Amino acid sequence: MRGIERRDRSRPPLVMHGSYTTGSPYAPHTAEDRTAMLEAVDAETVEELFDIPAAVRFDGQFDIDARTERETRRLVRSVLGRNDDRTELLGRGHYGYYIPSLVDHLADRSEFLTSYTQYQPEISQGFLQALFEYQSLLVELTGLEIANCSIYDAATALGEAATLADRVRDTSGHRVLVPERMREERKSTLENYVAGTDLVVETYPVDDGNVDLAGLEAAVDEDVVMVYAESPTVRGTIEEQLGAIGDLAADVNAFFALGSDPIALSLLERPADVGADVVVGDASVLGLPTSYGMGLGLFATKEDYLRQVPGRLVGVSEDATDRRAFTLTLQTREQHIRRERATSNICTNQAWVALRTAIHAAVLGPSGMVDLAKRAVTRAEALAERVDDIVGVQAPVHDRRHFREFVAHVDQPASAVAEDLERLGFAVHVVGDHEIQLCVAGVPDEELDRFVEALEEVAR
Amino acid sequence: MSDDGSDSRDTTPEQSRYDQARYVENGEYEPLLSEKDLTRITIGSEDDGNGDDGEATDSPLPDDLTRDALELPELSEPELARHYTRLSQMIYGIDSGPYPLGSCTMKYNPKFTEDVAALPSAAVHPDRSEASVQGTLELLYRLQDYLGRIGGMDAVTLQPPAGAAGEFVGIRVASAYHEHNGEGHRDEVIVPESAHGTNFASAALGGYNVVSLPSDDEGRVDLEALEAALSENTAALMLTNPNTLGLFERDITEIAEMVHDVGGLLYYDGANLNALLGRARPGDMGFDVMHYNVHKTFATPHGGGGPGAGPVGVVEKLAPFLPAPRVCERSEPSQSGEPVYERFDPEHTIGKVHGFDGNWLVLIKTFAYIARLGDDGLADASASAVLNANYLAEQIDYDIPYGPFHHEFVASAGEQDAADVAKRMLDYGVHPPTTKWPEIVPEALMTEPTEVESKDTLDRLAAAFNAVADEDADTLEAAPERTTARRIDQTSAARNPRLSWQALEDDS
Repeated sequence: MRGIERRDRSRPPLVMHGSYTTGSPYAPHTAEDRTAMLEAVDAETVEELFDIPAAVRFDGQFDIDARTERETRRLVRSVLGRNDDRTELLGRGHYGYYIPSLVDHLADRSEFLTSYTQYQPEISQGFLQALFEYQSLLVELTGLEIANCSIYDAATALGEAATLADRVRDTSGHRVLVPERMREERKSTLENYVAGTDLVVETYPVDDGNVDLAGLEAAVDEDVVMVYAESPTVRGTIEEQLGAIGDLAADVNAFFALGSDPIALSLLERPADVGADVVVGDASVLGLPTSYGMGLGLFATKEDYLRQVPGRLVGVSEDATDRRAFTLTLQTREQHIRRERATSNICTNQAWVALRTAIHAAVLGPSGMVDLAKRAVTRAEALAERVDDIVGVQAPVHDRRHFREFVAHVDQPASAVAEDLERLGFAVHVVGDHEIQLCVAGVPDEELDRFVEALEEVAR
Repeated sequence: MSDDGSDSRDTTPEQSRYDQARYVENGEYEPLLSEKDLTRITIGSEDDGNGDDGEATDSPLPDDLTRDALELPELSEPELARHYTRLSQMIYGIDSGPYPLGSCTMKYNPKFTEDVAALPSAAVHPDRSEASVQGTLELLYRLQDYLGRIGGMDAVTLQPPAGAAGEFVGIRVASAYHEHNGEGHRDEVIVPESAHGTNFASAALGGYNVVSLPSDDEGRVDLEALEAALSENTAALMLTNPNTLGLFERDITEIAEMVHDVGGLLYYDGANLNALLGRARPGDMGFDVMHYNVHKTFATPHGGGGPGAGPVGVVEKLAPFLPAPRVCERSEPSQSGEPVYERFDPEHTIGKVHGFDGNWLVLIKTFAYIARLGDDGLADASASAVLNANYLAEQIDYDIPYGPFHHEFVASAGEQDAADVAKRMLDYGVHPPTTKWPEIVPEALMTEPTEVESKDTLDRLAAAFNAVADEDADTLEAAPERTTARRIDQTSAARNPRLSWQALEDDS
């Protein structure tokens, strides 16, 4: 079996690097060094330094062969080579925008890549400033005063929003309301985050893709601690009633948590203007290419909740020369100080992705970001019109404005249409027996032209 | 540095010093992006396309669905290249010099792992059909298998996006397991006093009461205290081995028996696994569930705070509770004889802990690192890490109260303030240890050089420790002098929080 690796014992041991003979290619000890070091610590062998009782000593092998760098690269290339190359019209929370070269080249500078969390701010000013600028970007996009410098992804950020709502004194109760249409994975993650609290997650109805306001109103009562809504929604529709949703939540002192992302927020209503208490979402729509769902949890909230915010915060201070300097701050909220009373267990986060997002946003500038957002509307709606002209396809299914993606009805079974499209080189979502979902993010116009031709071929 | 390996190195500032890049403009350090430019773009719909105080842009949406304006820096590519290059020069990374931050295992990050993570074939969407992403599923499957072998675990999930997320999965799995067995009443998780802060926080997030366990005089788990803490309410004991002092918990077999006797589970915090590769496995020690810190043990870059990944391994009886999905190999190969991989949901899964399948790019680097080193490389990584810690400890003047330690040791700064010691070490061009923790050692300097430092570098690092050990309190308090910023006032940052450039404008 390919996946179960066994060592090839007939193979001579690798000389890992130059004249060095030790096993790890990244341990620079010469035999001479090793002897001198052992002598210094008064040991005959390195094994003597391990204080491990015989009963639990591991005498076996992992059975993993060492490889040269070139062999390892070939191995990974060959394994990943089994992935089929497809034009992906896929979205639903993970997007593959074009990433400018500048982002890779700057973020890959080894000082960014190989540093740790900035526990020594004096020697880490560059990263702290970049994260401070990332926080500022989110403050501008959301209109909320506080943004942390990352949670893992949109789903875990939503989980943190719920526990924040639970901690904040002016909310009480135990119900968290989420739309009946959202990614199940996101909801499941939220459920795990609140499993240790008294909170329960319940759904409210959705009407033609967006919030069913009357249904939500019926569901809201004094026992609601948070109302979650998304714009754009998982089906690509733009929510039209955000202000009214915010009002419903505010009426019962519940949090209004809004799910969005930095590209959508460049054009759509500003969360602060619709009464959002917290904004969550995937900020890696800028900064990361398609990465099998790896993300960057956007988390922004109001200043009132500052002392209850989860995660790292970079703030401004002064150094001994009275110059402005940056530092991680309000660390008494965090696990390494506050332990079981911390606002979250998060430690390692997605800082380097936040750096990439900040660089990407800076490359675009405000005009580029607004333009990208506008094109998410015009290109999605233009594609919907084009596929609607195809016999056997009606689009969009929802009579709403759309952002980046939309659902289309296909007369043929959706799974058969998707399979046929795969054979022609395209990947689409199947979201119902006769529904496919199409996303234009990152797909060049000429690919969309080819896609329309392919759909014409398979949809009839 | 001297060529004959003698101790004659000159550590006076004239001969051995480090000056970090420092840009000053108008009396301040490198300006913010927002100080270089702010451009306001107003957003209006097609029919009223105006723009009174900024560049106007026609919007395809009606005004009531859009914001009014967006104000951000608009800079050219060359200006940005310079901005971020300057910022990078104001950061110290592993590639800058030694980084013996205890408990953080800051190893060299092999460059080729970046190349394989950037392969175009790796850039797939998580909603692709299984048949079309066999490469991704194979890599995940093989990594599950690698990690299972390394930890002595029967089943592995790769979904948790960081070590603390892994801990939380372990706690949720333990909770689901007890619930499944009709023992949902278990509401306590025991954590040693000296454990990582995340252990306490993860257990609390899972809804457990945390019972803190003092250590014995030797710095290990106090068996009597453990006996007293264990009860029918114990859900789990979370343990690091070697512990944060670098000491192996010699009584681990007995500890495991005690925990299992009361029906609890034993959780292994993988933060210190770099000490044990090829010499001991958590599964063989009686641990039921563990997480792996891939940015520590398997050298994926920490990126200034993340992303990491915190895969979780469990013994057979806990496998049905792991997050969904995992990857398995179908019993039937494809028509061409290739193995076929598919996702499956464990029978009693706790569900999801990440919106998709975790930090994929980090997992590729993890796989590549393990495949590169193999048995010999991994075993040598631990051997060299332990040798380095012991050698460095031997060379420094500070007292090290607990031993025998493995990959890390905790020295005491004695009469000096450990935080000041750290600040002063920055001036010698090295990263200081973790300070003031664990608290069992007064003025703790928790030091973990890892296997990547040569004897020469360790000597230079020791010289930095020793130079600082000889310096007076005034010098220490005035440090650092040669870093981009001088000593930063933490109190002022917290008392008057300014967390965005917008807040700075309001301030002035």
